[in-house]
Amino acid sequence: MNRYPLWKYVMIAVTLVLGLLYTLPNFFGESPAVQVSSGKATIKIDASMLGRVESILSADKIPTNGILFDGNSVKVRLPDTDTQLKAKDALSRALNPDATDPVYVVALNLLSASPHWLGNLRALPMYLGLDLRGGVHFLLQVDMKQALSKRLDSSAGDVRTLLREKGIRHTGISRTGDNIEVNFRDDETRARAKDLLSTELPAMTVVDTGSGGDLKLLLGLRPQAEREVLDTALKQNITTLHNRVNELGVAEPVIQQQGADRIVVQLPGVQDTAKAKDILGRTATLEARLVDGSVEAQNAVLGTGPVPFGSELFKVGRGAPVVLRKQVIFSGQQLTGAQATFDENQRAAVGIQLNDAAGRVLRQVSRENIKKPMAVVLFERGRGEVLTVATIQSELGSRFQITGMDSPQASNDLALLLRAGALAAPMEIIEERTIGPSLGAENISKGFNSTLYGFATIAVFMIVYYQLFGLFSALALAVNVLLLIALLSLLQATLTLPGIAAIALTLGMAIDANVLINERIREELRRGISPQVAISEGYERAWATILDSNVTTLIAGVALLVFGSGAIRGFAVVHCLGILTSIFSSVVVSRGFVNLWYGRKKRVSKLAIGQVWKPST
Amino acid sequence: MEFFRIRRDIPFMRHALAFNIVSAVTFLLAVIFLATRGLHFSIEFTGGTVMEVGYQQAADVQKVRDTVEGLGFADSQVQTFGTARDVMIRLALRKGESSARQSDQVMSALKADNPDVQLRRVEFVGPQVGAELATDGALALLFVVIGIMLYLAIRFEWKFAVAAIVANLHDVIIILGFFAFFQWEFSLSVLAAVLAVLGYSVNESVVIFDRVREKFRERAAKGMPTPQVLDHAITSTISRTIITHGSTQIMVLSMLLFGGPTLHYFALALTIGILFGIYSSVFVAAAIAMWLGVKREDLLKPVKKKDDGQPELP
Repeated sequence: MNRYPLWKYVMIAVTLVLGLLYTLPNFFGESPAVQVSSGKATIKIDASMLGRVESILSADKIPTNGILFDGNSVKVRLPDTDTQLKAKDALSRALNPDATDPVYVVALNLLSASPHWLGNLRALPMYLGLDLRGGVHFLLQVDMKQALSKRLDSSAGDVRTLLREKGIRHTGISRTGDNIEVNFRDDETRARAKDLLSTELPAMTVVDTGSGGDLKLLLGLRPQAEREVLDTALKQNITTLHNRVNELGVAEPVIQQQGADRIVVQLPGVQDTAKAKDILGRTATLEARLVDGSVEAQNAVLGTGPVPFGSELFKVGRGAPVVLRKQVIFSGQQLTGAQATFDENQRAAVGIQLNDAAGRVLRQVSRENIKKPMAVVLFERGRGEVLTVATIQSELGSRFQITGMDSPQASNDLALLLRAGALAAPMEIIEERTIGPSLGAENISKGFNSTLYGFATIAVFMIVYYQLFGLFSALALAVNVLLLIALLSLLQATLTLPGIAAIALTLGMAIDANVLINERIREELRRGISPQVAISEGYERAWATILDSNVTTLIAGVALLVFGSGAIRGFAVVHCLGILTSIFSSVVVSRGFVNLWYGRKKRVSKLAIGQVWKPST
Repeated sequence: MEFFRIRRDIPFMRHALAFNIVSAVTFLLAVIFLATRGLHFSIEFTGGTVMEVGYQQAADVQKVRDTVEGLGFADSQVQTFGTARDVMIRLALRKGESSARQSDQVMSALKADNPDVQLRRVEFVGPQVGAELATDGALALLFVVIGIMLYLAIRFEWKFAVAAIVANLHDVIIILGFFAFFQWEFSLSVLAAVLAVLGYSVNESVVIFDRVREKFRERAAKGMPTPQVLDHAITSTISRTIITHGSTQIMVLSMLLFGGPTLHYFALALTIGILFGIYSSVFVAAAIAMWLGVKREDLLKPVKKKDDGQPELP
């Protein structure tokens, strides 16, 4: 009766092997590494960087334990921290000749020291939260009202242009709250305007209001358009933040959306919060300017003459060196959109939308400068970088395209850069957490020790009190830890200190199931039932109770997961997973041990479950 | 080895009134402390900045205090924690000022005083986040209460559900009462501990109710009065109760001893929760179920239907 079918043993064995496999990477620790990634959105790292890094390091005779390219960055594994520093210096000297303007981010990092074949199985160590590895965490709130307001401003400009183009007379356009109000004298004009605006501006609702001599059209953003505005604003801010964080030389920054209007920025290993805050909060600007095509300017590019008055020489970026006029045609604040698209010949292009005022200026400037080049420059920290130089083919308005891109990838990159020039909406830091690296290491060892000592005490107690069955229970508990860590590593869930606390607590709670089972078996024995039947009944009867009690605990865990944030979520994830693994290990696995031990014996006269006391009455 | 050698069922229910009076008094005290002293909320809920700095030698707290106050942070608290070298600085939220800058200001002032100082941890929480966390916490509590009651009502009977939840909410209030009385810091992790305890100590009631149901089903026990059935259920599970809670408490104690200051209040909340959890779910919940008048018939009908899938034992 106490025998498992073979498949059950096989299942347990397979689970254990998988658990062991995915837990394994956590034991190897981490080895020092240097990571090279792109510091500018204009530069992409590809596999050729691998060779470059290799040759730089071999030229300096720096030994490595392997170089790998992961799609975005090149990582060099190094034998020790001394070589790590040397390699970092050598690489940044060779890759960034101008130290004040780094092209590549060369950052110190830690790579899992587990063997390669484990990595191929996607067996990675647990992902440690900032409280365990040290670093900075920011929560930024994006001011969505501003993003909407910007969008409405630009729509008001569109309305004005459309009405003027069609010769429809209005008596004024104004913004009232979340609406645009257009005034008209007579009903007929208003009807014409309404037709025009509803077809031309599909993102807006157009409604008649007012009466008598005060006729109005009320325009508002449709809910879907509104969502789109907010969505793009958030994405744009995230992109901008990405570009800025690159400068800090952080190996693995996390920049993510949280909720509808918040962005989380986590910078592991960064200690200088003042600098980080400064860089994240910086404002970048984008400017479009005409290229100075004069002979003096040509000479200045070649370095044979001075830069002409009223112009400026730019050395960095695409199409550089180039001399540009100082006069700005439009700036980043006036840019309302930029997307990768295709022109009429199906070549990659970037579509650009400007607000009304900038469109008017550009129309005039472009009319006077057809067939002449225009450049877009991104200014950050007072340094300009040329994003693109393109020739004006015809008169341009508030919507135009930059064509002649090599590939859709190139147009994507440029659109991103144009958008990323400035934040779509202002942001505010609403949460900040900095954890020093020593505190992080301390947290790990404290969390680990408390779990270990607690586990050891429970295991000793169980074995003393329940003997062989206690040993099985302790083994099941160990399996529980193994499976839980394997699961956390597999899911790459972030492990935090509350998470470690949850592991400890879950273990403390998980033993409950085994205590229930063992007590039941003793009770059956006390009633004078034969050992084999007692085992089977003990497990059967305890099962309903175990299920009930775990479900109630799980309800609390899920509530924490749903409503919790930050510290609580880290706790809840581990807690919930732990409840699931504990049901498996304490019921299925411990029964497996018992069956393996007692199930095959024909005659069992006594169970090693400790003393079973019987009242002598 | 066997700790519990009980010959006869212990007549717990005879003393039900006494148990209930004891818990009513503790509960009332907890409510009074909560009302008069209130909880000492951490900055996660109130908003503000906490900094932990470390010195090479024992810190001169008074000097740090002066420096911080010199910067115009009047409403600040400076105290050592853990060791004499670690100092915790709390800054209240100031309207208008981008509060994220506060920590930079303080840190550079402290560095000017003593270059030894090392920043160990900064935590800044804006007011909107704090308010959200408070509502989320309340929602989570509500969700747990409703979820557990529903589950117990389906699995057992509404009287048990009410009894279990009343007993365990009374634990929650008592934990909060302790935090109010001692003015321990009530942080997010303490909230997590409180909710985890709520789920955990309901277990206890579930185990006893399971026994009650089993006893009610037994033909031999027909005609046994309800209080006696409850006594039997509690007596036969007491060994498991003590051992399980003892094991969990070992783990929690280990966290309390070795987990450092970050886990201190978390472990403390769990300890109180576990101790009162035993008491309330064993004595209070069963007694309430008794007052509510649980009968054999209550459990037998719905359970038979629900439990078709359960293996029936020979």
